[in-house]
Amino acid sequence: MIAESGHYALVLALALALIQSTVPLLGARWRDVALMNVARSAALAQLLFVGVSFIALVTLHVTSDFSVVNVYENSHSLKPLIYKITGVWGNHEGSMLLWVSILALFGGLVAAFGNNLPLSLRAHVLAVQAWIASAFYLFILITSNPFLRIANPPIEGRDLNPVLQDIGLAVHPPMLYLGYVGFSISFSFAVAALLEGRIDAAWARWVRPWTLVAWIFLTLGIAMGSYWAYYELGWGGWWFWDPVENASLMPWLAGTALLHSALVMEKRNALKVWTILLSILTFSLSLLGTFLVRSGVLTSVHAFATDPTRGVFILLILCIFIGGSLTLFAWRASALKQGGLFAPISREGALVLNNLFLTTACATVFIGTLYPLALEVVTGEKISVGAPFFNLTFAPLFMPLMIAVPFGPLLAWKRGDLLGAAQRLVAAGIAALVAIALVWAWTYGGATLAPLAIGLAVFVIVGVLCDLAERVGLFRIPLSISWRRARGLPRATWGTAFAHAGVGIALIGIVCETTWNSEYIGTMKPDDVAAIAGYQLRLDGMTQRQGPNFREMIAQFTVSLDGEKLSLMTPSKRNFTTRGSSTTEAALLTRGASQLYISLGDTAADGAIAVRIYHKPLVLLIWWGPVLMAFGGLLSLSDRRLRVGAPKPAKAVRALQAAE
Amino acid sequence: MTLWFVFALMTVAAIFAVLWPLSRARQASLGASLGGNEAVVYRDQLAEIDRDMAGGIIGVAEAAAARVEISRRLLAASDQSQSEAPVQSNLKLRRTAATLALVGLPVIAAGVYLALGSPQLGDFPLSERSRAADANQPLANLVAQVEAHLEKNPTDGRGWTVLAPVLSRLGRYDEAVRAYRNAIIYAGDSADRRADLGEALMGATGGVVTAEAKSEFERAVALEADDAKANYFLGLAAEQDGRKADAAAIWQGMLAKAPSDAPWRPMVQAALVRVGGVSAPGGVSAPALPQGAMAAAKDMSEADRSTMIRGMVDRLATRLKQNGDDVEGWLRLVRAYLVMGDRDKAMSALADARQAVANDAERLRQLNEGLKNLGLDG
Repeated sequence: MIAESGHYALVLALALALIQSTVPLLGARWRDVALMNVARSAALAQLLFVGVSFIALVTLHVTSDFSVVNVYENSHSLKPLIYKITGVWGNHEGSMLLWVSILALFGGLVAAFGNNLPLSLRAHVLAVQAWIASAFYLFILITSNPFLRIANPPIEGRDLNPVLQDIGLAVHPPMLYLGYVGFSISFSFAVAALLEGRIDAAWARWVRPWTLVAWIFLTLGIAMGSYWAYYELGWGGWWFWDPVENASLMPWLAGTALLHSALVMEKRNALKVWTILLSILTFSLSLLGTFLVRSGVLTSVHAFATDPTRGVFILLILCIFIGGSLTLFAWRASALKQGGLFAPISREGALVLNNLFLTTACATVFIGTLYPLALEVVTGEKISVGAPFFNLTFAPLFMPLMIAVPFGPLLAWKRGDLLGAAQRLVAAGIAALVAIALVWAWTYGGATLAPLAIGLAVFVIVGVLCDLAERVGLFRIPLSISWRRARGLPRATWGTAFAHAGVGIALIGIVCETTWNSEYIGTMKPDDVAAIAGYQLRLDGMTQRQGPNFREMIAQFTVSLDGEKLSLMTPSKRNFTTRGSSTTEAALLTRGASQLYISLGDTAADGAIAVRIYHKPLVLLIWWGPVLMAFGGLLSLSDRRLRVGAPKPAKAVRALQAAE
Repeated sequence: MTLWFVFALMTVAAIFAVLWPLSRARQASLGASLGGNEAVVYRDQLAEIDRDMAGGIIGVAEAAAARVEISRRLLAASDQSQSEAPVQSNLKLRRTAATLALVGLPVIAAGVYLALGSPQLGDFPLSERSRAADANQPLANLVAQVEAHLEKNPTDGRGWTVLAPVLSRLGRYDEAVRAYRNAIIYAGDSADRRADLGEALMGATGGVVTAEAKSEFERAVALEADDAKANYFLGLAAEQDGRKADAAAIWQGMLAKAPSDAPWRPMVQAALVRVGGVSAPGGVSAPALPQGAMAAAKDMSEADRSTMIRGMVDRLATRLKQNGDDVEGWLRLVRAYLVMGDRDKAMSALADARQAVANDAERLRQLNEGLKNLGLDG
């Protein structure tokens, strides 16, 4: 009964979504309050039914009901409880159900907390949400139904892909989906604005929290996925420019651009049309990511099953939504009123520059990801566009952007003073030069670009501190007043500071890891010692152990530094009988922000084992950076105050610098 | 029945969600609650400027400029809201929407669900199914339960001892090998277990006594010199290696020592006949497969059995490719291909055989003799 109730709940959600996608629009057209209000209750009911459906599927997985095909194919009665639950979205059908559940969640949140929205805007937004939802409910029910049954259920399931039997699966997909799907709200707001034919600064104020939430989750989701790949796949790599990773990076880049342009719109009522376009593009890229991952066009850990009908269906959804929204944009955008004016050198100008770089970076990733696919479809030729392409195109675009980052917040709205900003950044410049000199001297004869990149990162971080010092008037006025001012600064300002510093910190991690990473690859027998980056790792021996649904071989290493014993590391190889496959569990030893990394290879006949040992200096900064960015986003989100971008008057007395 | 009741309740809830706002229309229109509007945001922004100025975050001049800008937006917004059409209440539209909810929603839901769902199937949570264990349950389910138990208690030697022969009988030799090994580790070494392990290893390779299997039989004999099964298979190993005299010697030794009512007597005698040792009374036909494999083959489906035979034939071919001196083996291979109806392969095997023994006149003669018996050209 649980399975069928879940199935029926999903069907009811589809029926509600169809009503929600039409009736409120009629209501808005005829200005009927009751019809517009249908959107709200229908969205909440839809959330309820999808929730029931999702909980039903979780229950089926937990109770190992193998009469459900989805459970039989992806679960095993011996799996630990946590993996029974996470296994729900560790497969195609379940992950699509999670996708629509999150979509319904966002719709429900708009319905529940959107009281400050004009009624017709809310009706439009929820109707557009329901269009997306209807398309995906149909997709799930027709091509990827998680509730299909087996009349004679087998006694045991086929188990989940062992690589996915990890705590990462509990965190990474839900976060990423919260990010991907969260951008559907800004998409719906944009389409609603186009349908209503009017848009203003207040629109940006209303969209702000949704975009921020989506961006925070997407940032964390990508970082989490990268860390998971790093420790689970056993290669020690954290970013492969794999099309699936790119598919998540593109919405992030577009979303970051959107955050910044929406800022201009909210505070200065400018860049309105551009912001609308970015909203559409960001969600379109999310949809594209879903298509790439779910259609089976790409083969990777993420492509659970390949089925051409699914690919065609998603492609159809993609074309209708992206094509439709862009057509609507082309048709209605000219009718939107243009916003405020600003000088090229101003905070607005800096944010436009930011948008230019981010969207160009996004475009290069787009080309690098899709060009090989398109070429294969057209000519059948297989090429691979790998890290060299992206490093050559992406890095040159990001470097100038990083230089510009500290200048932005120091410029005044409407008309800025570049020279003044530069003067305030002198301290950051000096710090950067000192950092370059120090790193260069320390690694004399090594890479030449690395010290420069580190100097750039230091410039960004110290630049952020300069900005803060400037705002609170540090050293210019008594400390107690500075302190009071610091506490009075809007939390959004602190958020900006944290997010920008996070970028610098991540850059340091990336540069250090790629430049000064050292590795030892070889076979070791018990009592062999490998030396790497000053550490000695002795292989003590290997033992077998029985896990809940796997057997594992654990190797024990003693790590010592200059003859002094530090710690034990126990990498292992797990063998999963049901799927007949094995995974490597790397062992990590964290020292500050650096890590030692051991992963096991195959065992030779004579008892020797292949090992890969890496020393990765400051590697953790790569993920601390995004966490810091997300924290900055959270601070900004918690700032519920209205934002005003006070323009700098044409002939201003330079009293205080313009702030938020 | 309960299922349909639950469906009905859910449908009613969904319809209610659509009808509820429609029914509240009157109050809503009177209150004309159009939600928030832009003007509210701009008024808040104006208040914000005052707060920022008081906190010293922006200067007086900037604040004044910002106030002018926002006031302009505020004016535009209130202009717009006045030019908008007033809120109406359209009874006809509402009725249509209500009908849509009352009729359309159940129709869509029922239509889609009946096309896709399986309302006749109940739930099958694993815990309830295991509790219903009885004699009717297929063997596979019982095995799965024992396996589940052993996954959790991998050191239960008795469990492994019970499980191993069952797996062997089911033809799951690889798992049987693992089970026997675990039985030996956790329940103690014994000649029987070693011999059974060797037999399972043979089963896994389709009846060929591999070096691995042979060493297990040798270990069994070392533990107990008279172990019948181990001795029999050691003889078979010798036969498969082409050492017929050794095989005959081993089996004759067994027969000499064995009590006259040993159940395996006829089988060993038959084997002896096969290698030309002593003629047995009654001329029992020789079993071509080891005991375990034979028993397994009996329970197998046609497809499984032919796969198994095919596997054995392939292994024989591989062995002969490495060591082509075995005339008897070549003849067996050709015969097997003929029986399987694969005449082309038989012919190519024949050619290979001729090539392999071409340097040895005596063997070539034996081969030709054998081929003549098979009805092929001399």
